[in-house]
This record gives sequence, structure tokens and C-alpha cells, in this order.
Amino acid sequence: MSEILEIKSIRCGYEGTIVVNDFTLSLADTTQSCLLGPSGCGKTTVLRAIAGFERITRGEIILNGRVISSKDTQIPPEHRGIGMVFQDYALFPHLSVADNVAFGLRKQGKMKQRKVAEEMLELVGLEDHAGHYPHELSGGQQQRVAVARALAPKPPLLLMDEPFSNLDSDLRERLLLDIHEILRQRQTTTLFVTHDQEEAFIIGDHIAVMNDGYIKQWDTPYNLYHEPTNRFVADFIGQGRLIGGVLASHESVQTSLGLLAGNRSYEWPPETRVDVLLRPDDVLLGVDEGVECLITDRHFKGAQIMYTLRTPGGDELLSLVPSHFDIDIGQKVKAAVDAEHLVIFRQ
Amino acid sequence: MARVNLPILKITTVMLAMVVVLPLLVVFSGWMQSENLVWEHLLRTVLGDLLKNTAWLLLGVGIGVTILGVGLAWLTTRCEFPCRRIFDWALMLPLAVPAYVMAFVALGLLDYTGPVQTGLRETLGSNNFWFPEVRSTGGVITVMTLVLYPYVYMLARSSFITQGNSTVEAARSLGLSAWGAFFRVSIPTARPAIVAGVSLALMEALADFGAVAIFNYDTFTTAIYKAWFGLFNLQAASQLASFLLILAVIALTAERQLRGKAKYHEATRSTNVYRYHLAGWHRWGALFIVSLISLLAFIVPIIQLSIWAWGVLSEDMDGRYIGLLLHTLMLGGMAAGLTVISAMVLAFTRRTHSDFLVRGSVNIATLGYALPGSVLAVGVMLTFTSIDNVLTTMATLIGWQSPGQILTGSVFALVMAYMVRFLAVAYGPIESGLCRIRVGIAEAARGLGDSPLFTLWRVYLPLLRPGLFTAGLLVLVDVMKEMPATMLLRPFGWDTLAVRIYEMTSEGEWERAALPAITLILVGLIPVIVLVRRSAIYQGRN
Amino acid sequence: MQLKINENQPVKFMVNEMNQVLKNTNLLIVFIAILIAVSPATATVADEIVVYSARKEHLVKPLFDAYTTKTGIKIKYITDKAAPLLARLQAEGKNSPADMLITVDAGNLWQAAEKGVLSPVKSKILEKNIPARLRDPEGRWFGLSVRARTIVYATDRVKSNELSTYEDLADPRWKGRLCLRTSKKVYNQSLVAMMIAQKGEEEVEALVKGWVKNLATAPFSNDTRVMKAIAAGQCDVGIVNTYYYGRLLKKEPDIKLALFWPNQNDRGVHVNISGAGITRNAKNREQAIKLLEWLSGREAQNIFASLNMEYPANPAVKPDAIVSAWGEFKQDMLNVTKAGELQARSVMLMDRAGYR
Repeated sequence: MSEILEIKSIRCGYEGTIVVNDFTLSLADTTQSCLLGPSGCGKTTVLRAIAGFERITRGEIILNGRVISSKDTQIPPEHRGIGMVFQDYALFPHLSVADNVAFGLRKQGKMKQRKVAEEMLELVGLEDHAGHYPHELSGGQQQRVAVARALAPKPPLLLMDEPFSNLDSDLRERLLLDIHEILRQRQTTTLFVTHDQEEAFIIGDHIAVMNDGYIKQWDTPYNLYHEPTNRFVADFIGQGRLIGGVLASHESVQTSLGLLAGNRSYEWPPETRVDVLLRPDDVLLGVDEGVECLITDRHFKGAQIMYTLRTPGGDELLSLVPSHFDIDIGQKVKAAVDAEHLVIFRQ
Repeated sequence: MARVNLPILKITTVMLAMVVVLPLLVVFSGWMQSENLVWEHLLRTVLGDLLKNTAWLLLGVGIGVTILGVGLAWLTTRCEFPCRRIFDWALMLPLAVPAYVMAFVALGLLDYTGPVQTGLRETLGSNNFWFPEVRSTGGVITVMTLVLYPYVYMLARSSFITQGNSTVEAARSLGLSAWGAFFRVSIPTARPAIVAGVSLALMEALADFGAVAIFNYDTFTTAIYKAWFGLFNLQAASQLASFLLILAVIALTAERQLRGKAKYHEATRSTNVYRYHLAGWHRWGALFIVSLISLLAFIVPIIQLSIWAWGVLSEDMDGRYIGLLLHTLMLGGMAAGLTVISAMVLAFTRRTHSDFLVRGSVNIATLGYALPGSVLAVGVMLTFTSIDNVLTTMATLIGWQSPGQILTGSVFALVMAYMVRFLAVAYGPIESGLCRIRVGIAEAARGLGDSPLFTLWRVYLPLLRPGLFTAGLLVLVDVMKEMPATMLLRPFGWDTLAVRIYEMTSEGEWERAALPAITLILVGLIPVIVLVRRSAIYQGRN
Repeated sequence: MQLKINENQPVKFMVNEMNQVLKNTNLLIVFIAILIAVSPATATVADEIVVYSARKEHLVKPLFDAYTTKTGIKIKYITDKAAPLLARLQAEGKNSPADMLITVDAGNLWQAAEKGVLSPVKSKILEKNIPARLRDPEGRWFGLSVRARTIVYATDRVKSNELSTYEDLADPRWKGRLCLRTSKKVYNQSLVAMMIAQKGEEEVEALVKGWVKNLATAPFSNDTRVMKAIAAGQCDVGIVNTYYYGRLLKKEPDIKLALFWPNQNDRGVHVNISGAGITRNAKNREQAIKLLEWLSGREAQNIFASLNMEYPANPAVKPDAIVSAWGEFKQDMLNVTKAGELQARSVMLMDRAGYR
């Protein structure tokens, strides 16, 4: 797979405040990727730098082999051919839905414009709303129009800036799946910015977790969850708790839950103090062999219950178990760890 | 239940429309008598030139205020340059400068006898240099543009702020250049605001008499005054004035029709406010432009007025100024109060029962702005004197002592005249404020056990407060600057600063007019600055 | 849980609220009551005279103050342009509070008399103090001060022997050297009206066209500007009322301007008046007539003379010292009533001649 977008150690910011620093990322053709991070981490700035709305003071951005941004060159947004979908949809209130969609097709004939607009609206399921004005549509419909508008000129790259944050949750998930499907069918390379990991997991083939202007990890959703390479990612992605321990051997750690072992070996010498990441699904309850823990909190989630436990050593744990396993707060239960591999950080 | 009380609100609205309609009818009643002689004369001699001049004036001022208002609003809302925050509000200050004051300051400063040309002649030692003719079409247009652009600036600015710039960025990502996006997206989106601002400015320009009289520039209002003051023919003057009214009705209807379905709802308030950080000479260019406009439209006039006022301070400044000031403020306050209440009734009725009668009444009630002040004043005066006369007759018939001129002898008629003239100014902000209040909010309050009255008091009024406040302040500024209706309808002893300015300027004593003029501007600045501060808070919330 | 909102509900809410407000507090009525309460008492008191004045406040107030000091009688007044005051008097009809109308220019006085808002006064004192040509033959108005509209010239560029008559200013040798005030000012309308009365429209129209051709710059909005333009060198001659010249001289004693009395060999300098009349529906007619008589007398005439450097209408009173220094001149003796009669024709003539 060829690289369509290369970002080489860019820096963005104004007078003294550097928002993004030494940021490097490559996107392969036809993939869908995500920038995920808490608000203020610089993810939107990166997106705007790619689109050409934000200057970079170091590094370069290359699209299809052409430098579009560097310290000295700054190709204006309109000459980049990059599609963009905005958080607030940014539909043109003075144009009808069809005219909004056809907006990026000005160089093509009227007939062609209309045809493409019709196709795009059909694609997003709004073929009956062509003559309406944006204010007559619901939020979800507006977002579909925004996607159709951005896709109409067939951009080589589509940028989406928190496109679903203004929608309520069940609508969001349905729209997300629809749009993911559309993007895959059309094989549009997409970079998607969000602070919501569920969104990121659904849409992203690859996800860059960002914090403080840096990429913390660039990986598949599976790896981010199961193999976080640093504490930030471990904490930010998914749920779970870190518990303290000491390396007993290269493969095992002594913790308050006993000796934990995974299928992986670590370089650090024995006796190194470490933290072990335990996901809620790693912790089993009601087992015969285990350490007795106190239930301090519980949340019923339908099919499952999320328990918060305290180990005798004082560590806190989360455990997600099927909901027929029903214990009250304040009771004790035996807990054990069942993990294929251990995620360990040196203290 | 609600049905029983329903007519009260409606009747109030219709009555308000009547208050506006009666003076307008008086204007139209001029047609009951034919004034062929005057018409024939005007048609044969000056009318062609007057229409040409008026067209040039409207065209020039229209283009001028649009470019200045929209351009400056764009600079201060979308770009970052040195001192932007200061100019953001400083550019609104000329709102406090009446056109007639700007006119005599401009002439006093720039005409052949003024210090600028005199200085040039002395330095160059000759008359042989080019200087633009000040008392010309261009001069009038420039003066009017400088005092009227804040209407457009204010409205365009808040529209640009609400718009955010994501639509612009969307347009650019779809292949439009920065200018292309400005013209094809920003401007069309802000169009209702821009059109509203420009039409306020054009109506002022169309109805102006003070500034054009000082320039001796003949417009359509000149014909009205010529017929009335020169030929003592009020009928012909009314007939001429009715044309202005028809013109305004056509323009307003056309705008409403044009807008049609594209309602320009600002459905989502944009959270995306990035400014272009201007670099290099663009920074200084922007700073130069905003400084130049502030200088020409505000600082230079203030300095010139101060110099003149200083010269006459010792002889003219006396205790009466306090009276003039108080009258100006009291009339402004009363008019603002009444106008805002009336506009609120109109807006509420319009929202609750929008039938043909109500819509028609509201449309009519907001027409007064289009008439030249003195024609409207005569209409109001004739209406209220007839009511007074009827009242007096009735009182005498039932054996009471004659009450005298209850309405025209008190500030009542004058305050009503202000209301008729400025209802449109107050209606706009209140209506748009009401549009933003979701109906569910009132229900929530009722659900929590509030009575209807309490709901209005505790829910609607606080939510509407920004709109009411803006409306009140705009009316206050306009009333303080208003001259012809004040002249004709003020009760004995109720002289205002504007009246004093008239007495001095009509005799060409510009130096002595400077003292009341600068006082009027300084007092007018108070509401303007409050307005500016409010909009700054508003912007800060974004 | 989702609440289903009935579309009509909010409407009812607001109707209820507004109606309740209107009903409970009767806001508007309260407001009207306040408006009336804050305004001054409207009924006229017996020893109070109400004046509508088209003369500016600073030119009438000293006179009224002097009268009040002397007699204790209060004078209430309002100032505006003549036409609106006239319209107001007409509209108010017999309920008008006004006792007296003061206005500048015979044209305006004639109009007021013509519209029937003034009533005739028979008064020995007035007939003695005011010459017949400065008052209405029927006694509806009386001139109180005389203003001469004459030629002013730049002393460093024009010799007084180059000047002769108003008509002469239409001569091509003044091309680009003449400054005039706008034809919309009644002073110019009266000047032209009086010329029409004596020479006929055709001749005067040609003459006015000549003036327009000679203009150095577009007409000014007032006399002071005309004189300043002459002083600054924009033009050399102009036509102004003498008291404007007097005012300017007070402020700039060294100004290189002088007055010239034209037409001394024929009809004389054009004079106009400011004057007053008693209104038809005066509530306080006796007092108002007394005031009018006082205004024509020596004390008030002196104030007229010094306040605005006009010529007193009463021949027994000498003009201000500065004014006297400009010398004696022959006045146009035609009754100023003519100016009123011919004002409309004069306005139209100037329109035809292109005099703005």
C-alpha cells in the first residue's frame, strides 16, 4: 500500500505557544485513520494544518508526493483538494441541500453537477431532501449532507473534525456505521479526529493517540487496547487499573493478587518495581482459586455488571462479569487474573 | 380559557398600528387636493435634478456603508492585527455623531475657508493646487457614509461572530479562494443582517434634511421642504413625502419576498472562531484602515468641535445647559421606554397569533422610519391636535373647563412621534431575541408552579433582556439626535441639545453650535458604549 | 422519558401572560399618565403670554426677560421655523395656546396673515412707532426690526466705485467672482420678489440667470459662509444681511470686507423686516397687544438694535454705533407686503434660473 499523506515532524503554534510539536504520521491509501485524544491535545490543529488553515513552523506535509505545507510553502486550502467535514457541519444556510452538495463541483457542467449531487444524496439517504434548506433538516441529516458535500468532488483525502459530537448517542452510532460503510465502499482515505474512543474504534483502521501535541501511540485499535506502550494510552484507552508489583522473573510479577504470569518476557532485571495493567475483562470473580477482595462499588450494565474491588493489599481493581453473577456491595469475593499477556510499566 | 382574553393583545397591536397609520394617512390626505401648479413647476424645473441627486446619494451611501460596514466588521471579527480589540468597539462610536453635526464639521474644516485649505494656500503661497470640491455629491456621500456605516458594521459584525468561520473553511476546502469564500459564503450568510443595516442607513440618508441643507445639496427632501417652506403648500409637500413612503414600502416588501424560503436560520452557533493572523504589511494595512476611519469619523470631528466649543465656552456655557441635557435625556428615556414596550407587544402578538390582521399591523407599525422627520412630525402634530380639539369640544359640551392642549401641549405627542418614527429600530432586536427563546422554557417555568405573569417576569424578560436593552439603547441614541419632530412638537420650555444646535447652525454659527454638538455626542456615547460593552460580553461567551 | 409537546400550548401560555400583564397593570395607561404628569401644566395662566417664535431663542429671550422684569408678566415661548409654526397654529385652531407669532421676513408674515391665523390690531402706539410700509395695512402684523440685504465686497480686490446695483452683479465682468447664499433662504426669495414687483418676471429671470453664471462656487447655506469665502479669496462680492456682517466684524475686526449700498440712484437697498402679530385665537389678547406695543417702543427697539445689530423699525430709535458707522442709505420704500405676495413666484423663478 502506498502512502497518500506524509506528515514529517511538524510543529504548529503561535507566538510562544507550541500546540503541536515533532508530529509525524503517514496515512496509507484507502485506509481510515483516527486522531484520538483529550480536548486540547492538538488533534484539531493537526487536522487544520493538513487542510491548510493552520501554518506549520517546522517539518513538512506531503500529499501524494507533493509538499503542501512546510516552513516556507503553504499551498492555500482551495488548491489542496482535501475534503473536510466540520464539527458544526458548516452547511451554507443560504443554499439548498442540493446546492450545498454541488458546491465543490463548480468547474463541472450544470448537468453533471446535478447528477453528482443526486448520486451523493442517494448515497447518504437524503434523496428526498434535495430542495430543502439546511435549517429544515435534523442534526443527523445535516451531518449526512456535510459528508455528501465533502465527498462529492472525490477528494483523495477526507478530514473529519469531531463530526458526531453534536448528535445524541444512538443516532451517532447509526450514522457512524453508515458513514464508515460509505467511506469503505468509496475507498476514501480518511483522517478522523475525535475524543471518543468508541467512535475511533468503529471507524479507525489505525488510531493515533495524542496528548500535549505529541503522538503517544500509533496502532490498531486492538493493540491500543491490549498492548498500550505507555501509561497515558493504558489509562486513556478502555477501562482498567494499574496495580503495583515486583518482577519475580522475566515472565511473572508478584502482586497483591498473587503471582501473575503472561506469555511474554521482560528485559528488566528481577526485583524491578512495576505496575501491571489489569482490564476489567482480565479479572475473574467467584473462582475457586483466588484472593479474597472486597466489593466497593457496582454498576449494572444489562448483560454485565462492572464491579470495583479492593485487594487485601489495598489496590483497586475493576471486573466485568456476566450479570447473573450478583453480589452486593460490602461482600467479599474471590478474584483471579486471567490474562494472555501482561502489560507492565516500570515504576 | 385563553380564548376569552385573546383580543386584548390583538387590539393593542392594532391600536399601535393605528397610532402609526394616522399620521401616515394625514400625509396621504395631501392628495385630496390637487396641486397641479406645484407639480408642474417641480417637474419642469428641479425635480429631475433632485431625483438624480437622490439616486446618486443613495447609491453612493449604499455602496459606502456596505463596503465600510462589512469590510470593517470582517477585519475586526476575522483577522488579528495590532490594537484590534480597541478598534472593535471604537469603530462603533460614530453612531453617536448626528449627520448634521458631521456635515458642519466637515465643511468648517475642509471647505475653501477652512483651516486645511487655508493652510495649504499659505504653505504653497498660491491657489494653484487641486483640492476636491467639498460641497459636492462626493462630499455629502462621504459625510453620510462616515456617520451611517456603524449601522451596517454593528449588524454585520454580530452576524459574522455567530456565523463563525467554519462555513468559510468548508468553502475553501471545496476549492474557493479566500475572496471567493468571502463573497460566496460569508456575505450571503450575513445578507439579512447587511440588508437590514444598509436599509436603516439608506432610510436615514433618504429622509435626511439637516446634513444636505448644510451642504446645500438638493435631494428629494429638498423638494418637500421647498413646497412647504418656500411655496407654503403643505398639501404638495405631503404628496411628495408620500412618494418616499411608497418607495420604502416597495423596498421592504421586495426584501421580504426575496428572502423567501431561505430563512438564514443560524441553526447552529459556530464554536469555531479562528482569526487570520495577518502578517507583514497586511497587519499594518489593516491597522491603517481602521485608524483612518476612526480618525475621520470620530476623532477629527471631536477635536474640531472641542476647539470651537472652547472658544465660546465662557460666553455660552450657562445653567441652561443642564436643562437642555436633562430634557434630551428625559425625552430619550421616555421614548425608549414607550417604544420598547410597544415593540415588545408587537413582537409577542406577531409570535402568538400571526393572522393577516396582526401581520399587516406589525408591518405598518414599523414603517415610520422611512419618512423624513418633519413630514412625520406634521402628521403626528395634525393627528394629535385634532384629537385635542375633539377632547376640548367634548369637555366644553359637558360643561367642564377646557383642558387645553392635553396631548400636543405635553410631551405626549412628541414621545408618540418618536415612537412612530423609531418603532422599527426597536422591533428588530426584540423580535430576533424572541425567536431564540424556545417555547419549552416557559412550560418548564409553569411546570414549576409559576403563574403566567410570573413566567413573563421571571423567564421571558430576563431572556429577552439583551434584545430589550439593545432596542432601548438604539432608540435612545436616535431620539437624542432627532431634530425636526423635537422642534415642532416639544412643549414650552422643553428645548434639547438638538434644538440648540439647530438654532446655531441655521445662522451659520458653527462655532457656537459646537458646544451643544459635542455635549450631545458625549451624552450619546454613553448608550453607544454600553451597547458595545454588551456585544463584547456576548462575543466573549463564544 | 420524552415529553410530547403540544404545538398550541406555548401560544396559549404567552397569550395568557401578556393579557394578564396588560389587564393587571394596564401598563400603557400608566405610562400615558406618567407622560402627562411630567409635562408642565397646560392651561394658560392669566398673566402669562404664549409666543410662537421663528426668531431664534437667543434673539428673543433677552427681550422677554426684560419685559418680565419690568411688568412681572411671564412669557412662554417656543421656537421653530416659520412654516411648521404656521401649520401648528392652523391645526390648533381656536384651541391654540398661542397669543403672538413672531417671525422673520415679510414673506412669512404675509403668509401667516393670508392663512388667517393673525387678527387685526388697532393701536395708536403701534401706528405711531412703526412706519406704514413696515406693517400690514390691516394691522395683522407689525415690523419690529429692519434688516438690509446689501452687497458685501473684498476691500483688497474690489473698489467701491466698481459696484453699483444688485442688477450689475449679473454683468459678465463679475464672472467667477460672485458668492451667494442658497435660494432656499427666504431672504433671497424676498429680495427677488421685490425685484419682480418693480421690474417684472422676465427681466428678473434674466438677471438671476446672470448671477448664477457669475457664481464662483455653489451657493452657501448661510450668509456667514458667503462672507468668509469672500474674505478667503474664493470670490470677491456677495449679497448678505447687514447684521451678519456686524456679527463677523465683532469677532474679526480686521477682516478685509466692506458693505456697499446699491441702487442708491433708483429704488434703494432691499430691506426686510422681522415682525409679529397677534393670533386670531389669542387667549390673552390684551396682554399680548401690550407686549407688542412695548416691543415697538424705545426700550425694546434699543435691544433689537444692539442684540443683533439690526435697524430698529421705530425711526425714533438710533441703530447701534457699529451699524451707524456703516452710513446712511436710501431704503427701498415699497411696502414689504409685496415680498409675501410674490414669494411663490420668486421661488419658481429662481428654480427656472437654476439658482439652487
